Amino acid sequence: MIDQQIGALFVQIAYIGASAAFILGLRGLTKPDTARRGMQLAAVGMLLAIIGTLLNHEIVTYQFIIIGLVVGSAVGLPMGLLVPMTAMPQRIAVSHMFGALAVTLVGIAEFLHYRDIAGGPGVVKMIALGFETLFGALTITGSFMAFGKLQGFITGRPVTFPGQKLINAAVFLGAVGLYVTLVLTQSGGATGDAGLIMFAVMTVLALVIGVTLVLPIGGADMPVVVSLLNSYAGLAASATGFAIGNNILIVAGALDGASGFILSILMSKAMNRSFANVLFGAFGGEKAAVSAKSAEGLTTRSVTPEEAAMRIGYARNVIIVPGYGMAVAQAQHAVRELAELIEKRGGRVRFAIHPVAGRMPGHMNVLLAEANVPYDHLFDLEEINEEFHACDVALVLGANDVTNPAAKNDPGSPIYGMPILNVQDAEQVIVVKRGMATGFAGIENELFYLDKTSMLFGDAKSVLSQVVTEVKGL
Amino acid sequence: MTALLTAIGAAAAFLAVTTSDTATAAASATLVDAQIVEVYVFLLAAFTGFQIITKVPPLLHTPLMAATNAISAISLVASIVIAGAERPLFINIMGMVAVAAATINVVGGFVITDRMLKMFKKTEVPK
Repeated sequence: MIDQQIGALFVQIAYIGASAAFILGLRGLTKPDTARRGMQLAAVGMLLAIIGTLLNHEIVTYQFIIIGLVVGSAVGLPMGLLVPMTAMPQRIAVSHMFGALAVTLVGIAEFLHYRDIAGGPGVVKMIALGFETLFGALTITGSFMAFGKLQGFITGRPVTFPGQKLINAAVFLGAVGLYVTLVLTQSGGATGDAGLIMFAVMTVLALVIGVTLVLPIGGADMPVVVSLLNSYAGLAASATGFAIGNNILIVAGALDGASGFILSILMSKAMNRSFANVLFGAFGGEKAAVSAKSAEGLTTRSVTPEEAAMRIGYARNVIIVPGYGMAVAQAQHAVRELAELIEKRGGRVRFAIHPVAGRMPGHMNVLLAEANVPYDHLFDLEEINEEFHACDVALVLGANDVTNPAAKNDPGSPIYGMPILNVQDAEQVIVVKRGMATGFAGIENELFYLDKTSMLFGDAKSVLSQVVTEVKGL
Repeated sequence: MTALLTAIGAAAAFLAVTTSDTATAAASATLVDAQIVEVYVFLLAAFTGFQIITKVPPLLHTPLMAATNAISAISLVASIVIAGAERPLFINIMGMVAVAAATINVVGGFVITDRMLKMFKKTEVPK
């Protein structure tokens, strides 16, 4: 008995230590030079929590735990070591799926366990258990859909059909209704088969919600979706903590939930759209028709890589604006080479990064860091927007809507009000683009038709390599 | 922010009231105590999380996502108990699958976060 109490005390100490390590670890992430050590501390905290748990007196058999740990490590380690940085959005999405799967399985197992206990889970536990399973299950399929869209085996275009919103609302209300009913009926211990069926149907409906939630959302809105699923996975983990009375789960889940929530809000703001609009809006497609201005009668000027190299090579102050196009073309290494060349010739190069450039928060930063661009060359929208006035050449690389001046000066535009990078203030603008296709908002970009703008058509990587060769020869 | 915290507080108060209504008096006292402490823990952790994470620069937002994902794989702790406790076999096996899924995130998540953070370098000052 005393042994057991000492054991329980040790477990609690391990958990408290782990909580502190997680919080301090995240604090390390507030600065690039402390980030790595911070996360190593968090990893130690995790190890501590796992060791503490293995000493839990409830555990009578270790074979299933060991199999799970070995299989998980065998899959997780290569995933961590080998996934290329370009596949990071997919990898983040799929990891939300694994996290949610674990949480949902725990929720189901706990629910079944309480059926064997007189009195049942009770109201409070049922609130937590139901929430955990509901959010866990919808995060599993939602993350899988996001993964599919990012990986490309599910269309990145918004999928809509007549009556979609009605069906979605019905499924959602059905799941929530069952959840509420379960909470109200499981309090007195009447855990009959009715409860089991309700729980099973609720879980299935939640799985359906995950699919229908992400299906109508377009590829470019993925930063918001991925952040939101991050938040859901965290909240579900926190609910698990409430369900089994474990504080470390509550703490870690709350940290994850807060992080995902903050990122979702930042991403929505950067698109000037509300949460609801992202989730139910199905942006793109039909919006093109209401576009205030059409491109008719306007002409663009296209340049050859040689001409572009002349301008870039002699510029003193260059700002590069990367977008999803750079990621698709994998042009980050060519960009770094160009930037180094300009610096060698005495120019200054900075990168202007819009919050929603790419497919997840911070996407461009990771790609450029991988290509060895020092992080003090990377600037946020607020930091650099006033600097475009003083810049000789702004090089827009596969970015579109985030540079569209219509967001500032055309109240009729669907993206009016969205914060943009003030590329139009630069002395001259060079836009690298594959063709004249519109961006995710499906609208024309006035920037391309300005007198100061030159279009450099082609694949970002091959075009930039040509520019690099030309600049070398200057 | 304040609105959210108020809402959480209200939910906590609601929980406290509903539980004391339904359960027997003696049981409810301990139950509510335990649950209320958990709500405090959640509140304080969420508040701390908000404070710290708003200070994380956009530069590190991808590593942040990977890191919080690895941390929230702490559900491994709950999975381990279910896989190893005295429960019916199929529940142990569900626990085993949960352990595997959570371990993928723990191992993969911390490794990939470290790989990413290793790449962020300042301009080298020539000596």
